[in-house]
Amino acid sequence: MGLQTLFFYLFAFIAVASAFMVVSARNPVYSVLFLILTFFNAAGLFLLTGAEFLAMILLVVYIGAVAVLFLFVVMMLDVDFAQMRAGVLEYAPIGALVGLILAAELIIVVAGSVFSPEIAKTVPMPIPALSQRTNTAALGDVIYTHYIYFFQIAGLVLFVAMIGAIVLTLRHRPNIKRQNISQQVGRTPETAVQVVKVRPGQGL
Amino acid sequence: MTVEALYASLGLSLPELILAIGALALLMVGVFLGEKATGLVNWLAIGVIALAGIVLLSMNGSGVAYGGAFLADPFARFMKLVALLGSAIALFMTTGQAKLYNMNRFEYPVLILLATLGMMLMISANDMMSLYMALELQSLAAYVVAAMNRDDVRSTEAGLKYFVLGALSSGMLLYGMSLVYGFTGQTGFPEIAAFLSSGGRSLGVIFGLVFILAGVAFKISAVPFHMWTPDVYQGAPTPVTTFLASAPKVAAIAMIVRVVIIAFQPITTDWQQVIVFISIASMLLGSFAAIGQKNIKRLMAYSSIGHMGYALVGLAAGSLQGVQGVILYMVIYMVMTLGSFACILAMRRPDGEHVENVSDLAGLSQTNPFMAVVLTALMFSLAGIPPLAGFFAKYFVFLAAIQAHLYALAIIGVLASVVGAYYYLRVVKLMWFDDAKGSFARPEASLRLVYSLSGLFLIGYLLIGGPLGAAAEAAARTFF
Repeated sequence: MGLQTLFFYLFAFIAVASAFMVVSARNPVYSVLFLILTFFNAAGLFLLTGAEFLAMILLVVYIGAVAVLFLFVVMMLDVDFAQMRAGVLEYAPIGALVGLILAAELIIVVAGSVFSPEIAKTVPMPIPALSQRTNTAALGDVIYTHYIYFFQIAGLVLFVAMIGAIVLTLRHRPNIKRQNISQQVGRTPETAVQVVKVRPGQGL
Repeated sequence: MTVEALYASLGLSLPELILAIGALALLMVGVFLGEKATGLVNWLAIGVIALAGIVLLSMNGSGVAYGGAFLADPFARFMKLVALLGSAIALFMTTGQAKLYNMNRFEYPVLILLATLGMMLMISANDMMSLYMALELQSLAAYVVAAMNRDDVRSTEAGLKYFVLGALSSGMLLYGMSLVYGFTGQTGFPEIAAFLSSGGRSLGVIFGLVFILAGVAFKISAVPFHMWTPDVYQGAPTPVTTFLASAPKVAAIAMIVRVVIIAFQPITTDWQQVIVFISIASMLLGSFAAIGQKNIKRLMAYSSIGHMGYALVGLAAGSLQGVQGVILYMVIYMVMTLGSFACILAMRRPDGEHVENVSDLAGLSQTNPFMAVVLTALMFSLAGIPPLAGFFAKYFVFLAAIQAHLYALAIIGVLASVVGAYYYLRVVKLMWFDDAKGSFARPEASLRLVYSLSGLFLIGYLLIGGPLGAAAEAAARTFF
């Protein structure tokens, strides 16, 4: 118990501190890096509660894809962050209000099982206890069997999105030099080397 | 789900599997052969749709697949056949047109195949989740094809508008679904109905129902969720508009029928009010707003809004006759739409310029008498003048409304169709009594074939109406 508590406070403290740094750092690149640190510590918190699948997804999706995308956007686009941050204190009360409402809603949702305990019994696909089956295995039990239909259609929807993005944006430009490996490899000394006799004093 | 259940499910969804695998395979064909394979991919796509249709025809009986997410029944089979036919004909008309509209790309038939797959899954959806995902599959492909001519400002505007408003409607649909799930604890249609019939009606469910209907009304472009229709119809390349106006409407109507008749059957009086309202509003707006239109694609957009209103008249009745009327209406609507758009695609000057104004049809009876005759039949049919098919379509839905004692709805519908007749007759007057401004190039064989067949169907409906009506009744009997 002691070790778990220690790690909880470690992850929680770093998560909160780096979340604060995300909004207060002057350099936007630092902000994104602190965001990654926040995600990483949140993944650690998930791991402590036994939600190892969420932890993995957080690492793979949020750090691996979303945060890196942010980093690209921040580095590539010429956004004046100092100007954007100029009026940040004016919005602080509204931000605090939004945070308060979110916190209240979270507490209500989590406390829902206290108000009506029978809710837990109406779950259509109850997850087995953590000691019997891990999250990932429990998800795998249903996602490729009971929910295979939805899984496959979701795949097709993403497939359409991919085709659509390519159709609407890809342009084949002519006259661009591209590396043609077979052509490179197929060159022989006869086609590649030319022996030229240079007369003195005349050049080519 | 056991392995046996999975195999049984795969068997029940065989036509869908053919479409999905066909789309994947055709994309490979297109990628490896490049742009020059567009024609080949187009014809192969028509072949895949035909194969799926043949398999569908050979199936019978009904069954639930994938743990209740997918339902195969006579209604689904009939509507799927209609939707497949619509997609195939829309692709067939594209064969000679793609180059002219700067959309000669092999992805187009692949996206149409995937949209068709989405439509079939929509028709078979038996669960809120599968309904939503199928709808997204179909819509997403439709957004892309609307913006297919990406160098044209109108086309990209159409795609963007369609996408943003479509996302908004999806949001409303999802919100409604989550409310219904929250208040009934179920996502499957039969389970929702069972919960509601055991006294589960509550304010939250009604809210959810209204949001779901709003989201679906967007997809069939019913008033007050119709704003996107004229712009998208006008902006999208005409072959794409042909597709958007035909098969997806059939699928969306089939979906709305299944949602209200199965899932919300115990609270019929609640959804009836909503359907009656959007039906009246669509009929009125469709007839009045079309009067001032100069562009024939915009005219067809308002016409289609009006026709969705007429189709919903039958659904508002909520009876066997009503659903039969809706099915017949959608079949006839699709034939009329495809025929009209074949004529619109044929409006090309000899120098290759496409014209889209209603006034460009002036004097068509002198330059191309046959097309003028067909277009006249189409316009008379769209207006609902006997003995053409469009008259019977309206007759059946109004009859069902009267039998369900919805007199006000039927009377407003008849009055709206009188107003609507004005602008259809204006097109006829232009063609026969005005002087020609210029001739059209000889239409391609595929267009001539489509509009001739569609005209033949409308004129000869008295002969084939009997068996078609019987088939529609058999399909509608699924619910009653």
